[in-house]
Amino acid sequence: MKTVTIKLKKVPGLYLECESVTPDKFAGKSLDAIAALPCSEGKSNYKLGDWFEISGSAGATAEETKIDVYGPGTSKCKYFGAWMSAGEVVINGTADMFTGSWMTGGKLHVKGDVRSFSGLQMKGGEMLIDGRAWNYLGAAYRGDWRGMQGGLIRVKGDAGSDLGTFMNGGTIIVEGNVDIHVGTHAEGGTIIVKGKAHRRVGGQMVKGEIYVFKGCDVMMPGFKKIEEREIEVDGEKHVFNVFIGDLGERHPKSKGEVVYGHLYTLKE
Amino acid sequence: MTKTIKNVICTFCGTLCDDLEVDVTDDEKKILQVRNACAIGAEKYLHVGNPGRVVVPRMRQPDGTYKDVSYDEAIDFAAKTLLKAKKPLFYGWSSTNCEAISAGNVLAEKTGGVIDNCATVCHGSSLLAIQDTGVPSCTLGEVKNRADRIIFWGCNPAHAHPRHMSRYSIFPRGFFTAKGQKGRKIICVDCRETDTAKVADTFVRIKQSYDYEIIDAFRTVLRGEEIPDEVGGVPAEKIKEVIDILKSGRFVTLFFGMGLTHTLGRNHNIDEAINFIRDLNDYTKAVLIAMRGHYNVTGAGQVLGWQYGYPFACDLSRLTVARHNPGETTSVDLLVRHEVDACVVIASDLAAHFPFEATRTMASIPTITIDPHISMSTELSDLHIPVAIVGVEVGGCCYRMDNVPIETRKCVDAPEGVLDDEELFNRISKRVDEILAENGVQDASEYLAKIEQES
Repeated sequence: MKTVTIKLKKVPGLYLECESVTPDKFAGKSLDAIAALPCSEGKSNYKLGDWFEISGSAGATAEETKIDVYGPGTSKCKYFGAWMSAGEVVINGTADMFTGSWMTGGKLHVKGDVRSFSGLQMKGGEMLIDGRAWNYLGAAYRGDWRGMQGGLIRVKGDAGSDLGTFMNGGTIIVEGNVDIHVGTHAEGGTIIVKGKAHRRVGGQMVKGEIYVFKGCDVMMPGFKKIEEREIEVDGEKHVFNVFIGDLGERHPKSKGEVVYGHLYTLKE
Repeated sequence: MTKTIKNVICTFCGTLCDDLEVDVTDDEKKILQVRNACAIGAEKYLHVGNPGRVVVPRMRQPDGTYKDVSYDEAIDFAAKTLLKAKKPLFYGWSSTNCEAISAGNVLAEKTGGVIDNCATVCHGSSLLAIQDTGVPSCTLGEVKNRADRIIFWGCNPAHAHPRHMSRYSIFPRGFFTAKGQKGRKIICVDCRETDTAKVADTFVRIKQSYDYEIIDAFRTVLRGEEIPDEVGGVPAEKIKEVIDILKSGRFVTLFFGMGLTHTLGRNHNIDEAINFIRDLNDYTKAVLIAMRGHYNVTGAGQVLGWQYGYPFACDLSRLTVARHNPGETTSVDLLVRHEVDACVVIASDLAAHFPFEATRTMASIPTITIDPHISMSTELSDLHIPVAIVGVEVGGCCYRMDNVPIETRKCVDAPEGVLDDEELFNRISKRVDEILAENGVQDASEYLAKIEQES
């Protein structure tokens, strides 16, 4: 795998939209061609070379290309790794909105935090966040009803609100705590919260699985406990309280049986 | 001698009352008396002629004082400021007519701006939920003539929409509601006992920010499932009692306000409420209507919807495509995140209503306020352009809270020389075109690239 290193020359005044920073766009290009790729700040159109020092070399294909991103100011850059299908992107700092959104493959590693709307509607690949994630991680874009559909997102810190809204596939693992609205409208997929969830876990969900290790501050009234069961989750075996819901929502049937969403909270 | 103008549309709140009678002097220069309006609506008409009104644009000087300038100077300053900005914000629009909104949106498109209206801090969350779920709704006329079960959730029309209860929701006698208030059951859901709650038959006091859980409990009960003994401070028996009242009605209407749209969860609360109303339609006819505040905030969304496909928070900074992502393209987020570098406040008062951080950013970037009155926003602006008052000095189309367009009427002449919003936006747009042509560039992006190169 060949590596292209890009380093911001200065902190953007407003923000920078960098949807060109993906292995798919860099693959097979010379450094000059990479420097000529577009980026924008409001209505000002720029080239990547105007903002980044670019070194190294790109692989012939996206699979063979790795991009190393350095600051200062990565926290004001949006769309890093968005729509990437293969290869690897490493962001050595915090990344702004839409990081890894609409990913279909490859690996994205953020060594700081990611801001809201990251991993939106992800279909495949792997996203690792060393810090915390803000709101709408792995959710649907506004007006869309298809949230995360595949792949894996792992957050080592906490996550904000609206985690996995409209999720219908893939897995999100949050090693810390999460805020309100977890898996709202979920129609599939798995969310694992190793810390605590604040409120509104699984509201309006019709399918899918949510595991909360340290419990929810307030349970949704539409969830009913059906059993206790020992389950292995992310390499850890525990006894969980198993709930079905959201009973206030309309649920589909499969082979004559009503399909419910499942919420698992660790038995104390 | 006086002249009476009948059927005047009140341009104060989203109820757009259409039965005002305004007495004016023969020369149509002064309003003498207003009948049928609520106290707030009447004041809007009566204070028009008060002394001290700003009738020429005011430009801030380096020492902080204002200097009167001509409309031509103000228009030139506005055009140049907007062209030089990488991403100008156009916020407000709720207290002007649709014609002006349309002209202003065109200006925002030309200059690569973000267009956002007061819904962003009001019923924007309702619009998001409607986009996600759809909306079973009706006109206020249908409510008057048919509704026998009224729910007020997180709204207080007794104060915010003073004639709503008498014209549409509680007291009027309609075609199928001949008994008026006696034939209706009124339910009020709120975390405090408002004046609206005091006239309700059933008051459901909930814990603050438990709306989502309580609506979910309503839906769960409606499906015949059990709920916990208490949800959000409301006993399960009370929730079941409310469901029984609603199911026994012939026509249920849910009116909701900012107590639902801007408590914890925002659009999810409305989403859940819409689905609750959808579920109720398995048993009876049920609809919901947003209690829109400013008289034409609904129109601002309608016009933006026709022109660019989104009802608020519409980002046109790429000039060729419209984007809409509340949380990113909403005014408060843009200002707090310092993602805009110029601001135009139109027919609204940003500084009076936005969080302090957002207002501080607005005050630190070039800001132009277009408003008939002096407000907190005008006092933090670099330029204040006064305009004629819609519904009093100029007519135009406005949308009522139930999305019904109503043509407002002019009662008196605007002060001599004062432009109306539409004309002002058209003239700024024309000046933008002239500057682009003078510089030999096609659009605002090329203009910006040219001046960046030159500097």
